[in-house]
Amino acid sequence: MVKEEQEESSNRPDNTAFTQQRLPAWQPILSASIVIPMFLLIGAAFIGVGVALFITSRDIQLQELDYTGDDSEHPCFKCRTNTEKCTCSMTFSIPTLFKGPVFFYYGLTNYFQNQRKYGASKDDNQLYGDLNYFTSPSTDCDPYTRDSKNMPIVPCGALANSMFNDTFTLSHTVNGVQKIVPLDGKGIAWWTDYNIKYRNPSITPLINAFNGTKKPTNWPKPIYELDTTDVYNNGFINQDFLVWMRRAALPDFRKLYRRITHDDYAAGLPAGNYTLTIAYNYPVHSFNGKKKVVLSNVSWMGGKNDFLGIAYIVVGSMCVVMSVVMLIVYARFKFAEDV
Amino acid sequence: MGMDFSTLRTLISRYCAGEENCVDTRTVYIGHKEPPPGAEAFIQQRFPDNRIVSSKYTFWNFIPKNMFEQFRRVANFYFLIIFLVQLIIDTPTSPVTSGLPLFFVIIVTAIKQGYEDWLRHKADKAVNQCLVQVVQHGKVSRKHSRKLTVGDVVYVKEDESFPCDLILLSSSRDDGTCYVTTASLDGESSHKTYHAVQETKAYKTEEEVNCIHATIDCEQPQPDLYKFRGNINIYMGNEPVSRSLASQNLLLRGATLKNTEYIYGVAIYTGMETKMALNYQSKSQKRSAVEKSMNAYLVVYLCILISKAVINTALKYVWQADPNRDEPWYNGKTESERQRHVLIRAFTDFLAFMVLFNYIIPVSMYVTVEMQKFLGSYFIMWDDEMFDEELGERAVVNTSDLNEELGQVEYVFTDKTGTLTENNMEFIECCVDGNVYVPDIICNGQVMPGAAGIDMIDTSPGPEAREREELFFRALCLCHTVQVKEEETVDGIKHGIHQGKSSSFYISSSPDEVALVEGMKRLGFTYLRLKDGQMEILNREDEIERFELLEVLTFDSVRRRMSVIVRSSTGELYLFCKGADSSIFPRVVSGKMEQIKARVERNAVEGLRTLCVAYRRLSPEQYEQVCHLLTRAKLEFQDQDKLVAEAYDLIERDLILLGATAVEDRLQEKAADTIESLHKAGMKVWVLTGDKMETAAATCYASKLFRRSTQILELTTKRTEEQSLHDVLFELSRTVLRHYGSMPRDASSGLSSEYIDYGLIIDGATLSAVMRPSQEDSNSGNYKEIFLEICRNCSAVLCCRMAPLQKAQIVKMIKSSKEHPITLAIGDGANDVSMILEAHVGIGIMGKEGRQAVRNSDYAIPKFKHLKKMLLVHGHYYYIRISELVQYFFYKNVCFIFPQFLYQFFCGFSQQPLYDTAYLTLYNISFTSLPILLYSLMEQHINMDILKKEPTLYRDIAKNSLLTWPIFIYWTVLGVYDAIVMFFGAYFLFDNTTFTSNGQMFGNWTFGTLVFTVLVFTVTFKLALDTHYWTWINHFVIWGSLVFFVVFSLLWGGIIWPFLNYQRMYYVFMQMLSSGPAWLSIILLITASLLPDVVKKVFWRALWPTTTERIQSADKLYKGQLSEFTPLAALHPPPRAGDHQRGSGTQRNPQRSDTPNKKVMFTRWQRAPDYRTFTPLLRFTDGSRLSRPGNASSGAGPETSV
Repeated sequence: MVKEEQEESSNRPDNTAFTQQRLPAWQPILSASIVIPMFLLIGAAFIGVGVALFITSRDIQLQELDYTGDDSEHPCFKCRTNTEKCTCSMTFSIPTLFKGPVFFYYGLTNYFQNQRKYGASKDDNQLYGDLNYFTSPSTDCDPYTRDSKNMPIVPCGALANSMFNDTFTLSHTVNGVQKIVPLDGKGIAWWTDYNIKYRNPSITPLINAFNGTKKPTNWPKPIYELDTTDVYNNGFINQDFLVWMRRAALPDFRKLYRRITHDDYAAGLPAGNYTLTIAYNYPVHSFNGKKKVVLSNVSWMGGKNDFLGIAYIVVGSMCVVMSVVMLIVYARFKFAEDV
Repeated sequence: MGMDFSTLRTLISRYCAGEENCVDTRTVYIGHKEPPPGAEAFIQQRFPDNRIVSSKYTFWNFIPKNMFEQFRRVANFYFLIIFLVQLIIDTPTSPVTSGLPLFFVIIVTAIKQGYEDWLRHKADKAVNQCLVQVVQHGKVSRKHSRKLTVGDVVYVKEDESFPCDLILLSSSRDDGTCYVTTASLDGESSHKTYHAVQETKAYKTEEEVNCIHATIDCEQPQPDLYKFRGNINIYMGNEPVSRSLASQNLLLRGATLKNTEYIYGVAIYTGMETKMALNYQSKSQKRSAVEKSMNAYLVVYLCILISKAVINTALKYVWQADPNRDEPWYNGKTESERQRHVLIRAFTDFLAFMVLFNYIIPVSMYVTVEMQKFLGSYFIMWDDEMFDEELGERAVVNTSDLNEELGQVEYVFTDKTGTLTENNMEFIECCVDGNVYVPDIICNGQVMPGAAGIDMIDTSPGPEAREREELFFRALCLCHTVQVKEEETVDGIKHGIHQGKSSSFYISSSPDEVALVEGMKRLGFTYLRLKDGQMEILNREDEIERFELLEVLTFDSVRRRMSVIVRSSTGELYLFCKGADSSIFPRVVSGKMEQIKARVERNAVEGLRTLCVAYRRLSPEQYEQVCHLLTRAKLEFQDQDKLVAEAYDLIERDLILLGATAVEDRLQEKAADTIESLHKAGMKVWVLTGDKMETAAATCYASKLFRRSTQILELTTKRTEEQSLHDVLFELSRTVLRHYGSMPRDASSGLSSEYIDYGLIIDGATLSAVMRPSQEDSNSGNYKEIFLEICRNCSAVLCCRMAPLQKAQIVKMIKSSKEHPITLAIGDGANDVSMILEAHVGIGIMGKEGRQAVRNSDYAIPKFKHLKKMLLVHGHYYYIRISELVQYFFYKNVCFIFPQFLYQFFCGFSQQPLYDTAYLTLYNISFTSLPILLYSLMEQHINMDILKKEPTLYRDIAKNSLLTWPIFIYWTVLGVYDAIVMFFGAYFLFDNTTFTSNGQMFGNWTFGTLVFTVLVFTVTFKLALDTHYWTWINHFVIWGSLVFFVVFSLLWGGIIWPFLNYQRMYYVFMQMLSSGPAWLSIILLITASLLPDVVKKVFWRALWPTTTERIQSADKLYKGQLSEFTPLAALHPPPRAGDHQRGSGTQRNPQRSDTPNKKVMFTRWQRAPDYRTFTPLLRFTDGSRLSRPGNASSGAGPETSV
């Protein structure tokens, strides 16, 4: 493999630090005298961070409402198997001020958005507004490529077809009067999604681009009419659509539905009684799923998650414990290297 | 008519191509001239032209042939299959992920091989295009070398090399001889004499040569360079003359004409049929032990891979038994999917899981290992300490596959002459009839007398004795194959002393002969030259004596002697014979055998090489008979060798013993030191030599292979004559086992000087008796086992009187014994080639006996002393490096793939990949490849100088100790642990919460990216923790890789890539980095992953430190000045050394000087300076492995073996 060096002028190898493997080098050793202080330091830092995280997490308020209606007592029970339009409402109370900004999530469980074929069942070219793919969508979308009349579906695929379509209104009971809490549907999806990654075809009005195509079979409305209040929040850049299209990592997930940032509620939801009215459309009964609504505020470290703080404290304490054990061993057995 | 007939025959035979292959001789028409009518008609064969093809491929077949060869490798084939599966079925990852790395590897290899082949093509072309001179129609004309055909008469001038294998017809010299050097063939730089046939040597011009009318019958080409048989039929007048041809008539392609103006020769073997081309064949590939472990691990991982795929497939169908899970309303199936048979679906799923997890066996591991070996071998070649100024040679690496095997050697088989010794012979003395002669030693111009008590040449021994003495000197002047080179410059090694007026050198392939002839010169008899078959000698009276050289009975290693038959000027015929004593004495009928034998043995004990000289006066009738025997034997084609040997046997008998000579072969520089180091390193050193026992034993003592305390066990013919082999063997084994039986036996870990140190001497004859398969009783079948048992318990073994093949047999026997130890063979001569090829690692010494050993070796070093650095430093380093490389590769791929396996449980077993395609593809290629590659090239866990000083460190890595199953399992468990931490850490952090302060949620790709980021950092930091030698290069690649990963991720997610049809990674990485909790969790998970390994390391280092770790700490403490302090390095510290060290220790660490620990340690240090024993408070599992040299002297006292 290696050829003999040509015996030219001198056969003597180069005498450099590199060729002689004598490059200057730092030679650290994981000896106890370094590791014990290091562990103590890391341990202390981790416990500190962990406590801070834990306290922050505990301060985050969370209101979770399961509205699946499995229980016959539940107001939504009637809607559970109803195929017609069905509305139910739940009441709940907030004891203290729910500090703003409050985020309004819907949650699904036992729902495999991370299923491989389900996730692949879309046509990225369509979603990028390429009209060529409107008439002949990718076969990735099968069996949601064409409807029974062989018309192409836009947006095609299982992912789009199964878009979550329950809608919610939240009202605050002020002096016995129901006051609708305004919900902000903007800024719920990633900025890059509705500005760069997804595009509508550059045809105005948007409806013309969808000539000769059909809406997904499960959808009550075509994609260009998703938001009746804002014409610019329609088509592929509709934020509800984008939130749905960003697949969840795990089968129990939560997606952002609305933000409560307006008017009187910008500072948060005041204590009081609230009513949640649900337009119950989305079937989860067949796969034993659950649906819920979550109201939450966030801190600098995101939503409520005790795990991170606890994990930090645990790892930090382990470091401290280990350094103590090492110290004991060190004292008892006198490490050879630390004379 | 006759002509036509033969032409017809030729035509017929041409069309019966099938038959011509069966013909075992070929007939060559010199100058393409048909034999005259009436002569026996020969079948004309077709011969290839003189084109040399060393290239493997042509332009057209390169791609298919190269692809075929590459995909024959199991690993490549596996990845090809994975790639094809990805192309055919609907799999989770794009074919790019496995196709890109595979094709990268394939293309890089193809380019490399293509380039190498192109170079070969170029070289071939240069050779084939070069012009040669051919005699055609009485004129010399030029021809391209490749157009040369069999039967062409070629004209070659001085210093040109022969274009094909030629039969010498005539030369510019009157005697029809020419001189040739075969340096480029077998490395022997000596000039060899070749002879033309008597009848043709007179044809000296092109016209004359054109007149030669002859045919040559010879054997079909065979690769043995030194064997050739043939016949030339010369048609002069009516009577064809037939002469035999032998290898001395055959000029080989590649050899160079020297000292001769020109020659004419006829081509008999051309192109690929030349002996040189036939010797091109490649050696069989040797595989290292590490590679074997690697393959074993690979099988384990393949099993893990398959079981993962099976488990997932099975669970998928269990889970899917509920139709709402199999096909929930939101994820319908197509009609064709529904109709597919469940078995087909299951099989497809199985394949898809295989594809998803296939990264656990990374294609890049093979590339990295290859690169590591290839690049690593440069450090061996670059090593300045292995450069020899005298020879101007550096170490050569012929096979880079075995670098790490150098760190695993358990048995070293070494040749003696030229390997342990310098092979620089010096004539010491001769003994004629019991009178000893020492040549004057010229020293600083003064004539030094020989040692007192030895009979000097001046002591006149009487006329009869004087006659015998002169006969002895003449015998030595005549019985040799030495040539005289009469010029100052010789292309080779010079053996020169001034000889009278003109400066001449003696040249011979055997240094002993040169030493003898030179010694004779100093005793007054100077060999001048061989001229016209006359050997000229200048005697003491400055008269020239002439002897006609009649026959040379050449030396061979079986007979171990050579003879010449000469006719003196007075017409007397003598046969002079010289050879090993064992081969001379049985043939001697008279002479002072007792005295000479005694002297020979005395000399042998002193380590001198002895030869006996005898003669026989032949009567003309006897000579006639001799000639008859020889010619008959030489004319024979079949069994020529056997017949010649028989003839020699008949001729060389009834000898009269004249005397004996002694030649010294000095030990090579530092040979003893090297052997001692090898012993300390736990290797068993065997000396295999053809020399006689006494000489070899003396060398062994001198080189410290045997020490004074060594108890020598003999297994020689002498002993087996007295007792039966059976008894001797059993007695020896009892002796050896008695000691080991009472102690807890620690098999084969080498030198145990607490017990008696045994050394074994065995000779070739006994060895073959031991090795002989059982004939009589069933017991003899056990001989081999008993013998091996004895050998295992001996620290040193000397095998003398060995034939080359026996050397290989011994190596093979040890290699295949039940422990399968790693063997290394080292030698310098052609007789060592068989053992060099047989051993796991073959090392050639660039000695004086040519390049044969070097060419056939895996590594070549200039001197024996370089073996120490080769094994103790390079071998050790490469073993450490590659074992980490292999373990780390498996570890990082477990970390990589196991989260993906776990993810299947949370995505409905749908083969959803956790990581993006780019990450899957690049993880092994670029994010984690360079740090480990550079680690495996640069790592030095211990300073080089300490490794050399402390050979016992070599035992730490013996028996493949870093690639044992427990260590492998530890790495795998660590990998699984890290994977679990990473996956579930991310899982709980992602569980129903938002990571951002704007309330937005992350998707599955962010989840995967988070796990992947932790993964890349963790495995890189793990390597950083293992790195002990941080050069700027390590810093550069380790931090550079991480930076590259971050930059790549930013770029990959920062742009809408136009050529991709999905943009799933768009902004994912940035989005993740913009979230505080993500940063916190990355830090947390990396720390949690690394924590157990760090804790384990610290505790192990503290509680059960290996010698390596102790030395590292000590080295650190003394800031690299460790080697200056004897207590660490030497095994017997002087009592004050400890104080000295404490003193310096205090100076260096004044702040610690009051710690009480310190004193305790130093006390221990003083008592037993050994690393394993200096902290007896701690438990040592392995403490007993090392010897306590202090007790060594309690063994048997000095014992002389001879």
